[in-house]
Amino acid sequence: MTTTPQSLIRLTAAQMAAKLAAGEITSVELTQAHLDRIAAVDDTINAFLHVNAGQALETAAGVDKLRAAGGTEAESLHPLAGVPIAIKDLIVTKGQPTTAGSKMLQGWMSPYDATVIEKIRAARLPILGKTNLDEFAMGSSTEHSAFGPTRNPWDTGRIPGGSGGGSAAAVAAFEAPLALGTDTGGSIRQPGAVTGTVGTKPTYGSVSRYGAIAMASSLDQIGPVARTVEDAALLHELIGGHDPRDSTSLPEQVPAFAEFAANHDVAGLRIGVIKQLQGEGYQAGVLARFQEALDTLREAGAEIVEVDCPSFDYAVGSYYLIMPSEASSNLARYDGVRYGARVLPEGGPLTIERVMGATRAAGFGDEVKRRIILGTYALSAGYYDAYYGSAQKVRTLIQRDFDAAFEAADVLISPTSPTVAFPLGEKLDDPMAMYLNDVTTIPANLAGVPGISVPGGLSEGLPVGIQFLAPARQDARVYHAAGALEKLLNDAAESPLWAQIPALVPAAGAGPDASRPAAAAPAFTPEVGGAK
Amino acid sequence: MSEISRADVEHLAALAHIAMTDAELEKMTSELGVIVNSVKQVQEAAGADVPATSHPLPLTNVFRDDTVGHVFTAEESLANAPDAEGSRFKVPAILDEE
Amino acid sequence: MTATVTEPQPLTFDQALESYEPVLGFEVHVELNTVTKMFSSAPNAFGDEPNTNVNEVCLGLPGTLPVVNGKAVESAIKLGLALNCQIAPYCRFARKQYFYPDLPKNWQTSQYDEPIAFDGFIDVELDDGEIFRVEIERAHMEEDAGKLTHAGASGRIQGADYSLVDYNRTGVPLIEIVTKPITGAGERAPELARAYVSAIRDVVKALDISEAKMERGNVRCDANVSLMPKGASEFGTRSETKNVNSMRAVEHAVHYEIRRHAGVLAAGGSIVQETRHWQETTRTTSSGRPKSEADDYRYFPEPDLVPITVTEEWVETLRAELPEPPAERRRRLRETWGYSDAEFRDVIAAGLLDAIEGTVKQGASPAVARKWWMGEISRLANARDLDPAGLGVQPATIVELNGLIEAGKINDKIARQVLEHHVDGEGTPAEIVAARRLEVVSDDGALSAAVEKAMAENPDVVEKVKGGKLKAIGALIGPVMKETRGQADAGKVRQIVLEKLGVEG
Repeated sequence: MTTTPQSLIRLTAAQMAAKLAAGEITSVELTQAHLDRIAAVDDTINAFLHVNAGQALETAAGVDKLRAAGGTEAESLHPLAGVPIAIKDLIVTKGQPTTAGSKMLQGWMSPYDATVIEKIRAARLPILGKTNLDEFAMGSSTEHSAFGPTRNPWDTGRIPGGSGGGSAAAVAAFEAPLALGTDTGGSIRQPGAVTGTVGTKPTYGSVSRYGAIAMASSLDQIGPVARTVEDAALLHELIGGHDPRDSTSLPEQVPAFAEFAANHDVAGLRIGVIKQLQGEGYQAGVLARFQEALDTLREAGAEIVEVDCPSFDYAVGSYYLIMPSEASSNLARYDGVRYGARVLPEGGPLTIERVMGATRAAGFGDEVKRRIILGTYALSAGYYDAYYGSAQKVRTLIQRDFDAAFEAADVLISPTSPTVAFPLGEKLDDPMAMYLNDVTTIPANLAGVPGISVPGGLSEGLPVGIQFLAPARQDARVYHAAGALEKLLNDAAESPLWAQIPALVPAAGAGPDASRPAAAAPAFTPEVGGAK
Repeated sequence: MSEISRADVEHLAALAHIAMTDAELEKMTSELGVIVNSVKQVQEAAGADVPATSHPLPLTNVFRDDTVGHVFTAEESLANAPDAEGSRFKVPAILDEE
Repeated sequence: MTATVTEPQPLTFDQALESYEPVLGFEVHVELNTVTKMFSSAPNAFGDEPNTNVNEVCLGLPGTLPVVNGKAVESAIKLGLALNCQIAPYCRFARKQYFYPDLPKNWQTSQYDEPIAFDGFIDVELDDGEIFRVEIERAHMEEDAGKLTHAGASGRIQGADYSLVDYNRTGVPLIEIVTKPITGAGERAPELARAYVSAIRDVVKALDISEAKMERGNVRCDANVSLMPKGASEFGTRSETKNVNSMRAVEHAVHYEIRRHAGVLAAGGSIVQETRHWQETTRTTSSGRPKSEADDYRYFPEPDLVPITVTEEWVETLRAELPEPPAERRRRLRETWGYSDAEFRDVIAAGLLDAIEGTVKQGASPAVARKWWMGEISRLANARDLDPAGLGVQPATIVELNGLIEAGKINDKIARQVLEHHVDGEGTPAEIVAARRLEVVSDDGALSAAVEKAMAENPDVVEKVKGGKLKAIGALIGPVMKETRGQADAGKVRQIVLEKLGVEG
């Protein structure tokens, strides 16, 4: 295989790492190939809000230098050293802007790195840039970004999922081999499903949340985004583990997930089909691919059983109370006092109350406001028990359903999303329809259990995702099951699904200059300063 | 549960410190009504005997040693401030003129 | 928002008490003396340059998370035990949400319906020694807010052009102690208010969990006052006077609020439930923010912090570390030392209980210890503008000094000089006596010569003494002292004079 830039970017992260370790390619070549790809296709895809070319190449050059010098330092390099990565712009990074997809934080520079970023820097992965998302991760389509929607590489008229549409699209479009996402109600898995890529929501507490801008603290989790299960497992190993700065971080070390991903033997594995996550509301094509996945696994020796999780019917209701409640609180800090935008009210007395009101009116988009108001309602005096309190009880019931289901099955399986990628704009005016799209992914967040989405084939030319769920702290099981299904389907199709992603023919004359304006953003000029 | 009125939304917007125009209040009132109608079924799901879950994983007693870590200089603290004076953040008057 | 309607004149205190029974309640905030903050590793320090004792957590930057200071939790449990509270086996933090520029996250992390300590009491000693039991409702952990400075002509929040914010205090660990309604104090309500705050301050000092300096805001008191007609059992509407920051002010604020409430009620008016501000200059309170429905704090369990469970073992370990309760200790020491009430009160007021106890432990009698600490040491400290306890004099030094007197090596006057030289850093008393050759002249020959000389120079005095006016001997002692550079023993001089003149003493 000749290593042209075009072929380089189509390798898996594990293959890139092997070639780097073998000295067949350099990290600078690899990083530059991705920067070139971003320059070529990202005007179309809009996966990146910020491209970090200089720093990425610097990191790459550092890795190359260490490798060239040999010795113990070269040997002690992390296996993924030199493999580039993209970061969802909800995760704070020193030296690059972090916007959370919001005008509120436009221009804000974090003075600290998230724990996962510290780990990535320590392992010397070049950071390509920050990827697009629904504002403050609130959405299922990336259309709620203040900086324009990201487009699905399979069909640029369709959504890439959300909120992590930028990370998923970047990986699907070969702009990055790896990316970080965050998953509060499916924001890693659903974009993975609709872009034909792999995404994991780890067990709550498996990966430190320190430096992930909070939407809903008890649901948020950072996780890996990749094209293969093995790559996701490798990245999860890198970013996982205990962090004393996150009180909810689990104390135990993360196991070698990639080894589980490489175990393709499913003989005797009990796989539970969740009765409540199929049937009505699911597209026929999605159900067909799902059924094929079950058949494939059964033929490979897995034992398919049905499990009943009756409380899942209340999951969306519970989620859309708990999430906005916590979000309304977490987003209270954006008030124009300490950082971020400050907008002065038009007319009237200039008081801090009114400045806060004007700042939050101008800085937040409609979906964010909707959730803040909903959460404020759910927590307000007289309604707490009926809404927030009831929702937390549902959470208990959902955990109990999972406990019972995992008595009967080692892992659970469902379609990741009821539908394939829908056209841009289709659900923008119907918030409730958008919310219902999360029905399959939400239970895992409410219960804190791990989940993964792995490609399950195409329906009318668009990817379908298969979701595996495992008990809390048993993330290894989802890598095992997903790795096995991926292998079985790839063997049957004689190629991975992502090999079929349309070429997105590079625009003529796309040069190596990968730096581009931060975003195709709507004009927004916060009035800064001068309180007078 | 009672319907959400425009006055309710106005009160919520005030609590949340989000200035809203009349048109926004109208739109938010109708959207909120639809959403609340869809989610309020959670009230019938669980009986009084079901405990609430606030944290997905049952950790307890996570404490920090009482030792000093890094601090910012005043300059670093104020680096992103919309307005400052000396080494302090500057904000408009806190109360209306009386 | 200031009420434009003028309130009726307050009644006199006595008038108020004729018709009404005061009901008190206190919320005392205690700042802990931990090295770091409640939820971040930034230093808990006072008086530094603004916004330099903060990190990303204190400033509530996006993505930051809190982690509980374990020491602060132990302090809270200890305080709960010292206040005879139950310790909750399970409790959580909650977010109390309201927007204010001194709150970086626009919520305060506090405890809501699950305080770490609840249902306790403290026995408060009034000025005459009477004990009044105050029931404690709860003690809970929370974080302090930043500090606002209002710029403008007045320097007050009203009419300020703008405000400046320093977040150094943000996140300093606080324990809020809330009493149950206190009835039955009657005319002693103001005195009880002061004594209660004083008792809380003593407890936290004894526990060594707070600097307890009220002038620095380490201990801050919100005083609730309501009145009910005598004989009634239903409480009236209360006012909450915020941040009364000295014990005297607490007493005065309660005194004033009782009078003000009575004035309003007697005129047929009704009390508005509101926050009041204490005005030290006029010793009155002024109207603040009325409590309203807008106070919807939307509490919910803090998802970023995990619950705290306290086992019996943990409680017992901490209980074993508790010092003797301050009130008990005072009672014990007063009885053991045999001071009069007035003497003992003065010792407490001077803050010399520890010093005297230490000196007695080292072997001095309680009387000697009190004499030195309340006398010469206090005088020296006063001249240097220091606390007596802060002068650096050790109990052992006093014992040594007293030993020199008792051995007849120096007299009282010399001893006072020695002490001053000691404070000036000249060494131990024995070293100073040796170096400055201050030992009493007990050599009879030298002393006798000095007496002869003095008698020769003062024949009139000699005549008086001979005539039986023994008091006149004092006039000879001065010259003898002068001759011996103060090192003569006055008793000895008197004895020699009498011997020489053959007069019976």
